[in-house]
Amino acid sequence: MLQGILLTADQAGGNVDFMIHGIFSYQLFGQQVWITTSHVCLLIVILVLTIFFIVGGQVFKHASEIPGAFQNVLELIVEFLDGIVDKTMGKKGLGFRNYIGTLFIFILFSNLSGLFGLRPPTADYGVTLPLGVTTFFLIHINEFRFNSVLDVWKDKCSPLPAWLPLWLPINLIGDFAVPISLSLRLFANVLSGTVMMALVYGLLSKIAYGWPAVLHAYFDIFSGAIQTYVFCMLTMTYISNAIGDKE
Amino acid sequence: MGEFNQAFIFGCSAIGAGLAVIAGIGPGVGQGIAAGYGASAVGRNPGAKGDIMSTMLLGQAVAETTGLYGLLVAMLLLFVKPFT
Repeated sequence: MLQGILLTADQAGGNVDFMIHGIFSYQLFGQQVWITTSHVCLLIVILVLTIFFIVGGQVFKHASEIPGAFQNVLELIVEFLDGIVDKTMGKKGLGFRNYIGTLFIFILFSNLSGLFGLRPPTADYGVTLPLGVTTFFLIHINEFRFNSVLDVWKDKCSPLPAWLPLWLPINLIGDFAVPISLSLRLFANVLSGTVMMALVYGLLSKIAYGWPAVLHAYFDIFSGAIQTYVFCMLTMTYISNAIGDKE
Repeated sequence: MGEFNQAFIFGCSAIGAGLAVIAGIGPGVGQGIAAGYGASAVGRNPGAKGDIMSTMLLGQAVAETTGLYGLLVAMLLLFVKPFT
């Protein structure tokens, strides 16, 4: 069971293993459903984040004028997250700060969990696709909330006039490609890092001392942070495009 | 797949996976061009370094997607083995 959760658990054996393993299966509506190692890694990440922010909430209940170290860090995180939402979406982003902040922290910690030996939960398409689908629904709910149906129709027929919906299917395909490309981008980036680290630890396990830290720094920290940033930026850009310029 | 044996299919899958990751050429060139223009933009206007960096990274990450699709196809061919 440990094999899939800890990426480096099988170091001595010298075989490459970066797959998701099933832990146990059960029947749900006649389908066989597996609880996999991804669920366990996801639970670990969520538990760590929950504990961190429960403690953070307690600190903020007794917030002082001159912040201590922990309060300072929390204020830094919140200010940074609010800052990127404000910079990208402007006034429209006020209602989205909580969602984007949650998304950012969750994806970042999922990607960084590779650093602690876990198999990153975002290297499972079942984790990233829901994130993409959430973005998809947010885009289109907000599109209809802030624009009239006629405006949306005009936008969907956009390069041609509204009475000639020749371009409509292509625009619709473009809309449905958004969640797929968003989720595949995150998934494939994290997966490529995971596979690379598994290859290093599996095939070069005799000499893999110390220097894989450089690879971890690139694949887990740099690539993970960039992909987190990109996912959030694209989500914000799509949503603010869908809302349009109307106040 | 009655006519071909397993080893033949594995071999062809491996060749296909190798061909699929040639898709990495495109994003490489594209990201290099983006980085080059980013560098020249910083040279012209060093004050806007932060904005240029974030725009450049965003564009590069989007351009990277096609290469990652190639990688995914290779992964599917090698590990999911759809043709066996």
